[in-house]
Amino acid sequence: MYVKGANTLAIPTLVNFLIIFPFVMAIIIGLLREATPLRSAVIILGGFTIMISAVYVAVNVLMSGDTSQFMYLEETHIPDTLVICGEVFLMGLVCFLSIKYKKYYAILFSLIGTIPVLWMDLSGKVVEGNTHVRIDTFAAVMYLIVGIVGILICIYASGYMKDYHHHHTDVEDRSNYFLALMFVFLGAMFGLISSDNLGWIYFFWEITSVCSFLMIGYTRTQEAVDNSFRALWMNLLGGCGFAAGLLYCNIELGISNLSQVTEAGANSLVIVPVTLFAFAALTKSAQFPFSRWLLGAMVAPTPSSALLHSATMVKIGVYMLIRVAPVMYGTLTGVMITVIGGFTFFAASLLAITVSDGKKVLAYSTISNLGLITACAGTGTTEGVWAAVMLVMFHAVSKSLLFQTVGDIENCMHSRDIEDMHGLIIKLPRLAFIMIIGICGMFMAPFGMLVSKWAALKSFVDSGSVWLVLFLVFGSGSTLFYWAKWLGKICTVIHQSFELEDITPKSEMVSILPLTVMIVVMCFAFPWMSGHMIQPILDEAFHTNIPDVIGGSDVIIMMIMVTMIFLIPIASRFLSLGKNSKMTMSYVAGVNAGDDRHYIDSFGKERALYMSNWYMEDMFGEKKLLWPCIWIATILVLVMLIVVVGGAF
Amino acid sequence: MTVAMIVRALLYILLAPFIGALLSGVDRVFSARMQGRVGPPIIQPLYDVNKLLHKQTTVVNSIQVLFVTVYLVFTIFTGTLFFAGGDMLLVFFALSMSEVMLVLAAFSTNGPYSIMGAQRELLQMMCYEPMTLLVAIGFYYANGSFMVNDLMKAELPAIAQIPGFFIGFAFILIIKLRKSPFDLSTSHHMHQEMVKGLTTDLSGHNLAFVEIAEWYDTVLMMGIVGMFFVTSNPISYLWAVIACAVVFFLETLIDNLFPRVKYKTMLIVTWSVILVFAGTNLLILNVLK
Repeated sequence: MYVKGANTLAIPTLVNFLIIFPFVMAIIIGLLREATPLRSAVIILGGFTIMISAVYVAVNVLMSGDTSQFMYLEETHIPDTLVICGEVFLMGLVCFLSIKYKKYYAILFSLIGTIPVLWMDLSGKVVEGNTHVRIDTFAAVMYLIVGIVGILICIYASGYMKDYHHHHTDVEDRSNYFLALMFVFLGAMFGLISSDNLGWIYFFWEITSVCSFLMIGYTRTQEAVDNSFRALWMNLLGGCGFAAGLLYCNIELGISNLSQVTEAGANSLVIVPVTLFAFAALTKSAQFPFSRWLLGAMVAPTPSSALLHSATMVKIGVYMLIRVAPVMYGTLTGVMITVIGGFTFFAASLLAITVSDGKKVLAYSTISNLGLITACAGTGTTEGVWAAVMLVMFHAVSKSLLFQTVGDIENCMHSRDIEDMHGLIIKLPRLAFIMIIGICGMFMAPFGMLVSKWAALKSFVDSGSVWLVLFLVFGSGSTLFYWAKWLGKICTVIHQSFELEDITPKSEMVSILPLTVMIVVMCFAFPWMSGHMIQPILDEAFHTNIPDVIGGSDVIIMMIMVTMIFLIPIASRFLSLGKNSKMTMSYVAGVNAGDDRHYIDSFGKERALYMSNWYMEDMFGEKKLLWPCIWIATILVLVMLIVVVGGAF
Repeated sequence: MTVAMIVRALLYILLAPFIGALLSGVDRVFSARMQGRVGPPIIQPLYDVNKLLHKQTTVVNSIQVLFVTVYLVFTIFTGTLFFAGGDMLLVFFALSMSEVMLVLAAFSTNGPYSIMGAQRELLQMMCYEPMTLLVAIGFYYANGSFMVNDLMKAELPAIAQIPGFFIGFAFILIIKLRKSPFDLSTSHHMHQEMVKGLTTDLSGHNLAFVEIAEWYDTVLMMGIVGMFFVTSNPISYLWAVIACAVVFFLETLIDNLFPRVKYKTMLIVTWSVILVFAGTNLLILNVLK
């Protein structure tokens, strides 16, 4: 092992540790079958060890000022052998399960994706001799996301799975297997982020595909099996695209590393693998036409959704896109990717209006937000990448918090339907409050997501992408609608309703509270984050810096707004606003029976009353919109592949 | 921050409610004359709000009061930001945030009319939100800045380059100023299927706060209309005032001419108008650039 700069000697060791240790953790947890305090202790201890190491590495890299020192050559014979064995194992596993559940098409995708790569590895056509591991600023930022958000989700899961099996007695308790998979996932994430070698990235890419497939199928119900195989084939299809890109890079271009691809810039041939990688990224990030796997993924227990949506799976796709963004600038691939992203943002936000299942709304919102990130990355401009990275960070934190809260609400109320969250602020005040912060973080003014959306808008305007501007402005309208009506449901105060027992265990609060605090802190910290995290990324990717996307006076005004939001409620407490007012019942055009849920009509009869939210299914319903959207996006993807990839031959 | 900015901000905070009240009074007189009535005195809105402030306030719950207060504070903040010369985009983001607060106040009451009003208000926001963002973008295309301070120093009035945006904005002002045919969320006329919609369960000083916030809002909207005409030449301010008067009169006229439409019609019509006028304008600007 060769390292420049002796003072940072610990970093490569820690990186290796971060890739390998989660797999070790998975084995240990896999052996602990019962949900004992011991298992929770192992998860918390191991989890925090990973988190601390990841943060240590990230901070060191961010502070170093010169990230080129964190690339290192490794004697890669043994790891390469492991990678080959791993690929064969994954292929075998997919084949075995496909035969077991009679879903033979998955075998096809798995073989197409794996065998050519194996052939290339074994026949020595691989380009050797480049660095395999590279930790630059972007990797460090991803380390922070995976290390902090991902680990918090694992800790949350240790408590959650116990409650889950309490309520779902029909599901066989294999929580050790589930928790082990989560750690495998994190290990693969660390591996993927750290690798610069395309072959390794491909290997970790396939691990996450198979891992998510296993997690989605956890309950083994027919629905779970169907949905998990859908996720599998879509992601393996993306994997085939990635494999094709990998083969093309190694055999035709003599390139083995991702950084070489992004450096190549002017080379017109490099656009072919970039297009293939972008295609793979679309499947991972669940963009239209591949969104259905993510929607199906919600059959699994909530921690897996939280993991897939926030810190891991879908973020890999946009990670790749952001990496190759400089190459996509001004190319047809870039244009197609932005159009697909913008279209997904708009269409998914309309679809999110029409569903009432809390997790499904979150799923559509993930698809929609990732569409925005995809579009930003596709522009290939510095401002676009700035906005994309910001979005990745804010989205990871807010979305994992929201999923965890929905999971807890489901455990307390046995429903995750938004209609059942009516009056949550009275029933479960603590969770409701956290949820309000999470939702505000997703769309409202001074909070993080809006800052990034703002930057995205500016970058689209500057790059003259009129269609994207239109997608974005109309999409923000519908985004506002579906979040605000959810917020309204939670904030409704119903008289004579009582607090439910909040059975959220402490271990879950260990995860939820830091995330809540992070959302608030990140509102204040974003100028700092821009300076210390995103500018260096731009520096590495484009060798240039940009003036602050959101300038000085705006930042001050945003700070004032955040402060006001938190001060007004406190001030109103002290001024006892409204305390002197007369209390009354709401007006129902009859006599309110006293509980806001019944009224007495003109015949003196008591009648039930319920106000449902609007879902406008007849306008934007899934039945009406989902398939047309998928077809439109399929055509866009095919055009991109045929013109760019086909045109190269 | 210059003295001029602070002066403008203070003037807005102090004068906007009175200007807004007068506009509202003028609106009522106009409407009355169109319907062949004499109408109330022009400062009737001030009397009304004064009375509301002195009445006993009944509330449905205490959260309601909080939301209404935040709504008022943020509406004033938004307007101040605009007149002090801040960032157009931020103005609109802050504006939609304050609107959400009003919607939440209605949601929190759990009254059927309030909640119906709240849902409709959200839909109205969904209708006009694209246009408000586009207005900011239009100004950016025309004069190369999002800051109102820079836009005021323009050589040419923005309307010369972005007439489509102006039409779109004037159109969504029908929603914003709660005029028929798009006054879905609150009705200014009694005996309708939705009572008073959004504000059904507000009374006393809470209702007064909402009224005052709407005055501030009206002045802000007129300010944005004026921005289409303002240049570095002082005479342009006269044109701006005339434009505001014309637009305001048109809104009142439309209010009296058209009956309320269904929400679907509103969504389709407003989005089409925005897409056709502002969208086309944007495309042309982009090609010419």
